[in-house]
Amino acid sequence: MTAPIIEVHNLTKHYGPVHALRGVSFEVQEGEVFGLLGPNGAGKTSTVEILEGLRPADGGIVSVCGLDPQSPGSSFKQEIGAVLQATALPDKLRVAEALSMFASFYKRRRDPAALLKRFGLEEKRNTFYSQLSGGQKQRLALAMSLVNDPRVLFLDEPTAGLDPQVRREIYTIIEELKKERKTILLTTHYIEEAEKLCDRVAIVDQGRVIAQGTPRELKQRSAGTTRIELRLARPESDGALRQLEGVADCHASDGAYVVHSTRVPQTIVSLVKYLEAHGNELSSLDIAAPSLEDVFLELTGRSLRD
Amino acid sequence: MRNTWTLTKVRMRLALRNRAFIFFSLIFPLTILFGVLSWLGRRNVAVVPYALALVLSITVMGSFWGLSVQLVTFREQGILRRFRVAPVGPGAMLASSILSNYFLTLPTVVIEFALARRIFHMSQWGNLGGVFFMVTLGIITFAALGLIIASVTNSTQETQVINQILWSAFLFLSGATLPLPMLPVWMQRFALFLPATYLVTGLERVMVARVSITQIGSEIVALAVSAAIAFFLSQQLFRWEPEAKVGPRAKVLATATIVPFLLLGIWENAHGSLRAAARTDFLSIERNAPAERPAPITSPRE
Repeated sequence: MTAPIIEVHNLTKHYGPVHALRGVSFEVQEGEVFGLLGPNGAGKTSTVEILEGLRPADGGIVSVCGLDPQSPGSSFKQEIGAVLQATALPDKLRVAEALSMFASFYKRRRDPAALLKRFGLEEKRNTFYSQLSGGQKQRLALAMSLVNDPRVLFLDEPTAGLDPQVRREIYTIIEELKKERKTILLTTHYIEEAEKLCDRVAIVDQGRVIAQGTPRELKQRSAGTTRIELRLARPESDGALRQLEGVADCHASDGAYVVHSTRVPQTIVSLVKYLEAHGNELSSLDIAAPSLEDVFLELTGRSLRD
Repeated sequence: MRNTWTLTKVRMRLALRNRAFIFFSLIFPLTILFGVLSWLGRRNVAVVPYALALVLSITVMGSFWGLSVQLVTFREQGILRRFRVAPVGPGAMLASSILSNYFLTLPTVVIEFALARRIFHMSQWGNLGGVFFMVTLGIITFAALGLIIASVTNSTQETQVINQILWSAFLFLSGATLPLPMLPVWMQRFALFLPATYLVTGLERVMVARVSITQIGSEIVALAVSAAIAFFLSQQLFRWEPEAKVGPRAKVLATATIVPFLLLGIWENAHGSLRAAARTDFLSIERNAPAERPAPITSPRE
């Protein structure tokens, strides 16, 4: 196995009294799409910004392409591309000017015109940045992050705040980059994004990596349980549902009950019997394999959206 | 160097797309030129080079505002941090502010010269090489002074307030609007501590007395040293992040920029000849007036 292209060992960072990172460690191999999944304030952006060289770490060891992100000179920056959590450019800068300008900063560069075409911005080449839609701005940010054909690409919440259609467009772009074997470190709080795009995921919570592995490995950590999401005509207590046969865990979420079962048929039979006995009815019932959301819930007792 | 040049070109384009910049860098100085020369130059053509030197000073001092405020806005809006992940250093960013100011101010200077000649019949060009040198040095110095203010302020609003205070002092106490010899003596003595005074008198001397630049050595040294200190400190104090606030130590460091003018002001007040030279140039207008007066304007009685 070759040396990891990104190495993070025991990374710590605090802002005044707030400990944003409390010993984060992970490694990313070349050509891998690695996701940092966690709720807002978990420490994802702090980690990425340290790796991009935007912030110094307080402790720990960090290496990207064998280089220290805080090293002086431009060698490190020649190797990376980044989509920041919030990319801002001057309002009166035209799309083509922005790409050409950023391309000119690098020794190794891609043709800006080809990038405009690839990201569907050809028709917007003479449009001012301020006149672009949110999705177009994000596509431009992605195009700008690739002008130097980077070895490592950092995408900090690349789809946050975008509507579902634009989000899918961005997923397609990232999937294309994945096929090109581009190394990508992606942060997100969208389960779907992490499951769909990432080869491996580190779940981050309160400045710590609480689990990492492939999405499949992480989901298997849910102790082989199956997720049953059900809605009832009348509310029941979580405690009562936990007593049903085969139930490992149960919690209420958005008006529904999420039940984790180790023996699905027995759980459903005992659920039906219980509801009959208590004069209640099922409104809906969905059975699914556990998601990363369930893994997070199991590990922290909280939802990613909390 | 390539990055500096790229940024210079882009920032010039951005400035030219900004109506406020066009107003303050072109329309405002030309309005002053017309105002001053229409008022004074029609009656006494000998005033034209003197008045032009004052207008040139104001034009050059405009670099103080220029693109330094734009840098603060870029920082506030999070634009600078996008540049930070690219291989662009503070030096390129700061140098592009000075260079773009320079290339955007030069055309205004040329237009002012052309108008003074064509419309107000300026009969002499002064020491053109000296004028070019002082204009170049002045733009660099004032743009660098603007950068040092930008480096110690935390918001566009704060930058504008501080710039406005200093700009008013530069404009009204340096002899740029009212000639230095016409100011009260105490004010003249105070003016000797201002960088603007050395620009104004330097330009007056090369325009009116047509002295060589070696004869305005103290003005040149003060402006050049100040520009170098301001640029160096701006680089040291440069902040990319909107939330990076400036500390008291940085503010103290920034005051080092005024040291050359403090020393020069003390020396000029004690032994210097700058005030006398300014007075000589001012009086020379009256002395030369009859000889260079244009064809008499026909009075109503005639």
